[in-house]
Amino acid sequence: METLIGLLVAAPLLGAGVLLTGGKRLDRVGHWIGTLLALLSFVFGVVLFADMLGKDADARTLTSHLFTWVPVGGFQADVGFQLDQLSMTFVLLITGVGTLIHIYSIGYMAHDERRRRFFGYLNLFLAAMLLLVVADNYFLLYAGWEGVGLASYLLIGFWQHKPSAATAAKKAFIVNRVGDIGLSVAIMLMFTTFGSFAFNQVLPQAQQASTTQHATITGIGFMLLLAACGKSAQVPLQSWLGDAMEGPTPVSALIHAATMVTAGVYLITRSGAIFNAAPDAQTAVVTVGAVTLLFGAIVGCAKDDIKKALAGSTMSQIGYMIMAAGLGPIGYVFAIMHLVTHGFFKAGLFLGAGSVMHGMNDEVDMRRYGGLRKYMPITFVTFGLGYLAIIGFPGLSGFFSKDKIIEAAFAKGGTEGWILGGAGLLGAAITAFYMTRVMLMTFFGEKRWVPDAEGHEPHPHESPSSMTIPMIILAFGSVFAGAFFSLNSRFVHWLEPVTGHSEGDSPVSAGTVTAATMAVLVVGVGIAWLMYGRRPVPSLAPRGSLLTRAARRDLLQDDFNHVVLVRGGEHLTRSLVYLDHSLVDGVVNGTAASVGGLSGRLRRLQNGYVRSYAVSMLGGTAVLVAATLLMRAV
Amino acid sequence: MNPANYLYLSALLFTIGAAGVLIRRNAIVVFMCVELMLNACNLAFVTFSRLHGNLDGQVIAFFTMVVAAAEVVVGLAIIVSIFRSRHSASVDDANLMKL
Repeated sequence: METLIGLLVAAPLLGAGVLLTGGKRLDRVGHWIGTLLALLSFVFGVVLFADMLGKDADARTLTSHLFTWVPVGGFQADVGFQLDQLSMTFVLLITGVGTLIHIYSIGYMAHDERRRRFFGYLNLFLAAMLLLVVADNYFLLYAGWEGVGLASYLLIGFWQHKPSAATAAKKAFIVNRVGDIGLSVAIMLMFTTFGSFAFNQVLPQAQQASTTQHATITGIGFMLLLAACGKSAQVPLQSWLGDAMEGPTPVSALIHAATMVTAGVYLITRSGAIFNAAPDAQTAVVTVGAVTLLFGAIVGCAKDDIKKALAGSTMSQIGYMIMAAGLGPIGYVFAIMHLVTHGFFKAGLFLGAGSVMHGMNDEVDMRRYGGLRKYMPITFVTFGLGYLAIIGFPGLSGFFSKDKIIEAAFAKGGTEGWILGGAGLLGAAITAFYMTRVMLMTFFGEKRWVPDAEGHEPHPHESPSSMTIPMIILAFGSVFAGAFFSLNSRFVHWLEPVTGHSEGDSPVSAGTVTAATMAVLVVGVGIAWLMYGRRPVPSLAPRGSLLTRAARRDLLQDDFNHVVLVRGGEHLTRSLVYLDHSLVDGVVNGTAASVGGLSGRLRRLQNGYVRSYAVSMLGGTAVLVAATLLMRAV
Repeated sequence: MNPANYLYLSALLFTIGAAGVLIRRNAIVVFMCVELMLNACNLAFVTFSRLHGNLDGQVIAFFTMVVAAAEVVVGLAIIVSIFRSRHSASVDDANLMKL
């Protein structure tokens, strides 16, 4: 069984290696190789899962030590795997949803001549993400973490002939680097404090040392939070996510549902012991989560680009998860549960959006859609089920997981609990609003299609079965996953041995929270219907209020970055260049000039007249003799 | 006779030789002045040999003469070849090595 963990990672890695080095002769079969290896990895995952289910809840962790990677004195980095219930959940989500996205891409990328390379990158993405979740130490996790960053860069910029895609890829990579610094600093701190970075060394020690080394542990917590912010697109490192929509739609689905953005939630949940020991860092985590969940939701309301509206939604949903993870043992389980259900419905929504674009000549502006439900029935139904799941319609998966998070937020207690719970409820209302808006603008109302730039009238049609089947499977997950997990608190019992779980004591009853969630849901949907369902949608965006215009520009996050970071950076560079030119160059050039001048003077002594050399020799001898005599006399 | 007088003569000859080396342009004359300096030194050596009552100074005088003979051979050859190529024996004209 232990070797299977290695094979789990090795299968997609092999796929990436073969596809990226195989050259053109693999063009015709490349997508099958990639998909089969992803599927193989999923099968390994299922076998491991079945094996794990057969064991006692406390003895389910599987470890496997492969080799020592960097043995230098006291510094020892191992390549070792650890598969527990938390990793298992991620492995199944990554390989399962990842495989579906591979299958979908076969149809979606059918006309792209670089399809083989695309599948190679997808496999690399899966391999890096799997390495991240099965690593048994932070050092190896960091390797997977960087691999995910690299693969996302390659995939977001896959259509690199478009300058916007190339820029978006660079932006994603650079913003992620900022977060990566946090992770590397955290790892260094761990090594100096605990002398190791294996999970089973660091985490128990962090728990014991919470009083003696409080400041260090809080520092580690903050650095881990920075890392999570970068990968999971949380405020203030969220700006890359919207632009990442430049990549092909399956990539967006993969980044948003199964890989990449979930890495931050994994990191925080995995490091739960550190955060439990550092309440300040935990407060920062919930603050970031709550701010992001509102931020993303507001941005999602104003976007007319269907993918960007969904990107805002991802940001917001990940905000829920980060907030839940910041609540401590009362929230970890629900963070992961929401992550899994979100994996289903967000992947389904993105694939649905891709299907719509596929039928509409790659148009992304929802103001150019309208009335598509008649033309794309399967897409409509699957997208609709994903929509009902994300807004938390009773009985669907989003309902169970989001409700639990809001409940846990109230259970945090005190003013903090009320603020967080309120933010969660407000977020739920806005989610209902913007998702209803997306739904109404895309599938309802009258047609607002226009010919594209080359004059082709769009002929909306249902997508091929390689695209619709994954959507149908994901729709099933969106509908039933939540109920399945919640039955008998199944998911809580599953994850409890790893993350720990405690019921908070909530000032409001669970029933009240559910009723409030339902009420805000109705309000959100109602407002959206009044604005976009009852009235025709203008096909050109109205000017909108100040808030709408700000939200269209991602609440001015790019402007903020531009003014504070880019301009600031430019000024810093310019002043450094000035300093370099005036001070450093001044000293260097001054030295050179003075040496040159001096040598010009000295050169005159070398006049070529033998007699003057003879004079200097005589003079020198006289001086030497005089000096010798003088020394003697003294 | 007071041996100091030989030393005075030696210093005088040396000074004349040195002045000649520094002042005269003609390479042959400069050369002769160098010989004069060498011989002034020889005189001083011999005088000191006499003063101290041992033969060290005289031996060194012989060495000096051998060196001077060798120097004459090489030096004259150089002067002749310079004269052949530059049609002048002036030391100031031979300044090709000047920077």
